[in-house]
Amino acid sequence: MSTTTETPSRTAIDATARARDLLGVSRLTNQALTTWLHGLPGVDQVGCEARAAGLGTRSIKTTSKQWAIDLAISMIDLTTLEGADTHGRVRGLAAKALVPDPSDLSTPRPAAVCVYGDMVATAKQALGDSDVKVAAVATAFPSGRASMAIKLADTKDAVKAGADEIDMVIDRGAFLSGDYLTVFNQIAEVTKACDRGDGTRARLKVIMETGELVTYDNVRRASWLSMLAGGDFIKTSTGKIQPAATLPVTLIMLEAVRDWRDLTGEMVGVKPAGGIKTSKDAIKFLVTVSEIAGEDWLTNQWFRFGASSLLNDLLLQRQRMTTGAYSGANYIADDSPSTAY
Amino acid sequence: MARVDVKKTYKLYIGGKFPRSESGRSYEVYAAKKGTFLANAAQGSRKDARDAVTAARAAQPGWASATAYNRGQVLYRVAEVMESRRPQLVQEVRDAEGLSPAAAESVVSQAIDRWVWYAGWSDKYVQILGGLNPVAGPYFNISASEPTGVVAVLAPQESSLLGLVSVIAPAIVSGNTVVVVTSADRPLPAITLSECLATSDVPGGVVNIITGKAAEIAPWLSSHRDVNAIDLAGAAGAEGVDWAKLEEASADNLKRVLRPAGTGSDAVEPDWTQTPDLSRLTAFLETKTVWHPKGR
Repeated sequence: MSTTTETPSRTAIDATARARDLLGVSRLTNQALTTWLHGLPGVDQVGCEARAAGLGTRSIKTTSKQWAIDLAISMIDLTTLEGADTHGRVRGLAAKALVPDPSDLSTPRPAAVCVYGDMVATAKQALGDSDVKVAAVATAFPSGRASMAIKLADTKDAVKAGADEIDMVIDRGAFLSGDYLTVFNQIAEVTKACDRGDGTRARLKVIMETGELVTYDNVRRASWLSMLAGGDFIKTSTGKIQPAATLPVTLIMLEAVRDWRDLTGEMVGVKPAGGIKTSKDAIKFLVTVSEIAGEDWLTNQWFRFGASSLLNDLLLQRQRMTTGAYSGANYIADDSPSTAY
Repeated sequence: MARVDVKKTYKLYIGGKFPRSESGRSYEVYAAKKGTFLANAAQGSRKDARDAVTAARAAQPGWASATAYNRGQVLYRVAEVMESRRPQLVQEVRDAEGLSPAAAESVVSQAIDRWVWYAGWSDKYVQILGGLNPVAGPYFNISASEPTGVVAVLAPQESSLLGLVSVIAPAIVSGNTVVVVTSADRPLPAITLSECLATSDVPGGVVNIITGKAAEIAPWLSSHRDVNAIDLAGAAGAEGVDWAKLEEASADNLKRVLRPAGTGSDAVEPDWTQTPDLSRLTAFLETKTVWHPKGR
């Protein structure tokens, strides 16, 4: 079973030059992007949802389930993105990431802790030199409604504080009004801002906020646009908008990264985030990853769950499988925000 | 021309809803004496029990924080709804237990009266069981009863309604929530009771009723770490149930165990027609004691 691997020292590619090559144009214009993105095959909504529902019915039991639970735990980006976040809460979450289940030290660690930019230093300090990464949301998360200068400053700030990964949001307003070039340029610029200046760079996850994209066709276009602009990961949602990470949407994104590899030879990761709360849900996603994108994506290098409560349910299921008895919330470290003031 | 009978296929009662068993199974229920087919009941599985515990856990804080007066009113309301469905209950108790019409009427009356009896206790037992303790120091020392939490209940196998009410009411009146495994052979009065609960003011999840075999479900409830207490009344006469094993499994998370009646390893079903005492109510209570400094 795979664990977190090193951040790839993939040098920042010139996204615009590559896009020109791929699109076969001499100058990257909005019209060229529109022609390309709208030339992608449309998504069969009914077929896609039926396929997702079908994949959700697979029965995963015993040792396979144990393996899936451990894999799912290792893929979690343990997330706290609240206005009420405190340094203490972030340290608590980091402690939980380091020792998810104090009663069973063989429990794998989540892939990363995901926090707001101003909490990166705290998280980094709490996690020390462990293999748990720190992901920071940036670019005026969750709305993305800020000037480009501020978005870039937000990103650079988080990278400087030690973030291993940056979760950016795209400008959905620009995307929906057909201004694909703006979205492309913003992603490409944020990619550059992820550069640490020492030859390495933070991995960039591009949040498309699929709940605001209206159609599956738009999800497919946004996926391709994000990959074309240099995103290392495509991510469904901020978690602040419903619906968030649905199985059909994730399926479309997995098709996109599979086809992107066929086209360019590069792998791009997928991160569904928001609304995945139970082990059963998580296993459905893993089945879909395996069936659509392939086993190469079944590692936390290429697939993540953005979640906060999912870890607790996975731990309950894990305890159930190791002890033989159903477990309860009293046997899981409580990481819910404190309401006792 | 004779009309074709409409024979029902019943479902479970979990979290205020009526879901099918996760296992998809059901079994046939027959009348006690005549052996005629009555209906199909859902055969609950361990996963249904798990879901029921989740629902009971979610409902418990809200139910416990309702005022004692309010809980009493809700229990009384259950008695009212049962009263309005009396003919159906009488018929089902007759079929299930093979009683004469008069005896069945009497059993249903007693079952309804028992709700009222326990409802009346809701705002009284704390005064009786708690109080101001005498201490040798400048302190007040006050003890008060609190509910234990989620209680798993193996309902009596023989007494399908009166026995059932006699184990549910004392557990929930104090603010516990329950997961009940019904009598395997006589589940229909329990199903009708769940319909009464659903249409009274009992919040969803406070009472969860699973029809099926105790031998299959009870071991999972007794080892469940999110269950705080277990009532083994229904171990008496249940096929394949060794209640000592259940008590042993319950020790893992220090569950409170209410043993079945009887001496030694024998489990017998008590006479439910006797007027109860408070022992079933007190079995599922914790005592909170508070020390408070006393001024001059």
